[in-house]
Amino acid sequence: MKNLIKIAVLSLLPVLAMASGGGNEGLDPVDINLADKSSLQRGAKTFVNYCLSCHSAAYMRYERMGTDLGINKQLLRENLMLATEKPGDTMTVTMSEDGAKKWFGVVPPDLSLTARSKGPDWIYTYLRSFYWDKSSPTGWNNTLFPNVAMPHVLYRLQGYREAEFEGTAGGIQHFAGYVEKTPGQMSNEEYDAAMRDLTNFMVYLAEPAKLVRYKIGVWVMIFMGVLILLTYATKKEYWRDVH
Amino acid sequence: MARLMEWVDERFPATKVWEEHVSKYYTPKNFNFWYYFGSLLMLVMVLQIVTGIVLTMHYKPDADLAFASVEYIMRDVPAGWFIRYLHSVGASMLFLAIYLHMFRAMLYGSYKGPRELIWILGMILYIAMMAEAFFGYLLPWGNMSYWGAQVIISLFGAIPVVGEGLAEWIRGDFVVSDATLNRFFAFHVILLPLLLALLVYLHIVALHKTGSNNPDGVEIKKQKDDKGVPLDGIPFHPYYTVKDIFGAAVFMAIFLAIVFFAPELSGWFLEKDNFEPANILQTPPDIVPLWYLTPYYSILRAVTFEWLPGGAKLWGVMAMGLAIVLFFFLPWLDRSKVKSIRYRGWMYKFMLGLFAVTFVVLGYLGTKNPGHIDLIWFKNVVWAQIGMVIYFAFFLLMPIYTRLDRTKPEPDRLTG
Amino acid sequence: MTQEVDNSRRRMLTTVTSGVGLVGAGAMAVPFVASMAPSARAKAAGAPVEVDISTLKEGRMLTVEWRGKPVWIIRRTQKMLDDLAQIRDRLADPDSTVLDQQPTYAHNEYRSIRPEILIVLGVCTHLGCAPTEKFATGAASGISDDWVGGFFCPCHGSAFDFAGRVFRNVPAPTNLVVPPHSFLSENRILVGVDQEETA
Repeated sequence: MKNLIKIAVLSLLPVLAMASGGGNEGLDPVDINLADKSSLQRGAKTFVNYCLSCHSAAYMRYERMGTDLGINKQLLRENLMLATEKPGDTMTVTMSEDGAKKWFGVVPPDLSLTARSKGPDWIYTYLRSFYWDKSSPTGWNNTLFPNVAMPHVLYRLQGYREAEFEGTAGGIQHFAGYVEKTPGQMSNEEYDAAMRDLTNFMVYLAEPAKLVRYKIGVWVMIFMGVLILLTYATKKEYWRDVH
Repeated sequence: MARLMEWVDERFPATKVWEEHVSKYYTPKNFNFWYYFGSLLMLVMVLQIVTGIVLTMHYKPDADLAFASVEYIMRDVPAGWFIRYLHSVGASMLFLAIYLHMFRAMLYGSYKGPRELIWILGMILYIAMMAEAFFGYLLPWGNMSYWGAQVIISLFGAIPVVGEGLAEWIRGDFVVSDATLNRFFAFHVILLPLLLALLVYLHIVALHKTGSNNPDGVEIKKQKDDKGVPLDGIPFHPYYTVKDIFGAAVFMAIFLAIVFFAPELSGWFLEKDNFEPANILQTPPDIVPLWYLTPYYSILRAVTFEWLPGGAKLWGVMAMGLAIVLFFFLPWLDRSKVKSIRYRGWMYKFMLGLFAVTFVVLGYLGTKNPGHIDLIWFKNVVWAQIGMVIYFAFFLLMPIYTRLDRTKPEPDRLTG
Repeated sequence: MTQEVDNSRRRMLTTVTSGVGLVGAGAMAVPFVASMAPSARAKAAGAPVEVDISTLKEGRMLTVEWRGKPVWIIRRTQKMLDDLAQIRDRLADPDSTVLDQQPTYAHNEYRSIRPEILIVLGVCTHLGCAPTEKFATGAASGISDDWVGGFFCPCHGSAFDFAGRVFRNVPAPTNLVVPPHSFLSENRILVGVDQEETA
């Protein structure tokens, strides 16, 4: 009997271990730490200043973000919100959908859940894969997302760079590396760190409950442990009649 | 208190029901690990109903609002994320328990006479649960919800002549749309829950008529003492109530651990693509149902033989249907003299083991691209075809190998 | 079955396990109960409302919405204020003894922070209808010859004076509710936040 259980469990394990739809090839891993409040705050600042001009985060409320990240109301109002917005408002976008269509050809997607649909590694890699490409309508292209409609809004920080490709026999172009042209305000390390903060913030943005979920979970597990011991002792006590 | 019970009993058989089904309901004393899942299924079902009621208070079955209303639950509703995760993880936990519950029946021959009706009612419950899960999966209106429904409903299109019309009738539109969402909501929150409640009631009524089977597959009712109490029976209460409560505590600990620490379970319980709203213009790279439906999905995709009359699609749908329907015939396919695997010969043990592994492997392959190689040697589709052959052989050859199998004699009493 | 059962141990274990189990069930119920409380969206929609009263003339009324309810802001004339003391004997609760109906800072003869500015919820305390303004006095009001002006609820005939106090012998049991409010400056009122909190 015990063997059958073992067989059943063992046959399930490899399946569970292999995550379905992994597809993390070619992505740079990013270290996510939601306990790092200052990283989240820096990420929030970058997000509001750069992303939020075109992208919305329509499921997130400023007030919630302020409370969760420890940003006081005055700072929130002065640095992160538009004058017309109320703290309880969601992070909607100032640009009209028609305007967006005209400028980019597409409406920039809402970013509330991107970290859950694409994954943090994807975001981190994407933000670090822009290069200057004269043939593109915006002047920018991306090695992770070729012919992306989005221009490199962070170019002031990262600077200009071009990509080099190597042609192969089949005519397929392979990415060979970036060539720095004009440096930006940040060094490569600083830029990567800023993008890590931004990605960290977007992970929070995709699931604010994550901040409390683990904390409550620990207490629930301790309680369940006690309950298991007690119910087991009770069961044993009653079953002495039978055995 | 006693007078109150007397008053009630004259008007409603409360004490009688309690004694008949709980305190003087005699159950075999040798239930093991596999016998927890029946009561656990009831527990998860109650939990699904309670969380479902709360979700219904905040959810909007409207193609324009559905996705946002789920995020509203996840963010704005107090503790909404917890309730939503309980419901989404609960669906998977329910199927996990169902599969183990069914496997128990196959281990100990619980479907064999006189319990054929319990088994058939259970199978109808299983199919109703799959329908319930399928309808529920559309409701978040994510991109995988949308395309999953699109693909599954299109299967009906494979039926000759009426197929296309039937698929349109189910959708209420030419593609999955607001009309589909609205009716799926009605099915998910009213039709199927009512049906499921009725079926659970019937399943238990039938069970209490024959009494439970047990790991020895011996009828305890054959050996009774002078008061008519089975010698190997113990009253359900308190012995199995305390035991089931312990089982429930362990199960809930696992359940809650997933809810709090890994509600997506790496994409097994909540798929990545479903965090993007339904997009009519963009299919997810791989359309995959949730894990509990993938064994059948594998069989559906394994039929790639274009030379079949009527085309591969029709035969795929029929193979998938047959894969489910065959379970209904287990009581009659199984010709063994004994019930429990303890007294069966090597053939049934081997076939059941092979079937269980095949079922899991088919489930795994169903989540993968058929053209890739995720196991060894062959493409996934080839493995799925091999799996399909084993799957059907298990059922269709059963009358032969169960009769040939050399069984051991069953004891008169339980062995402990 | 053996009959040597240690009953005290069994009873103790059953009690402790049931107790802990009930605590767990209770804790499990908390999120379900909590989920029915106003959500973040409802709270955002019910956030305090800022009102500018610089254009509000004497003897006139302004209605704003706060938490889905009408809030009346009236700049009372000297005559209206004087009348409040005159009609005391015709009121059910002239001294506002039902304390829940107004914050402590509005618990005075005018039921307001500044005498001339009255702020009340336009919701009848009888069954929640919306009373209408009846500022005309005497017979012209269509209510009674000695009507001094105030509010009249068309549903069941409840009447209130210019401090939102209820008259005698009408269905409404209590005075109109004064919502929490505060003055941000001379002409700016914040409805929904108590005076002390902002001070």
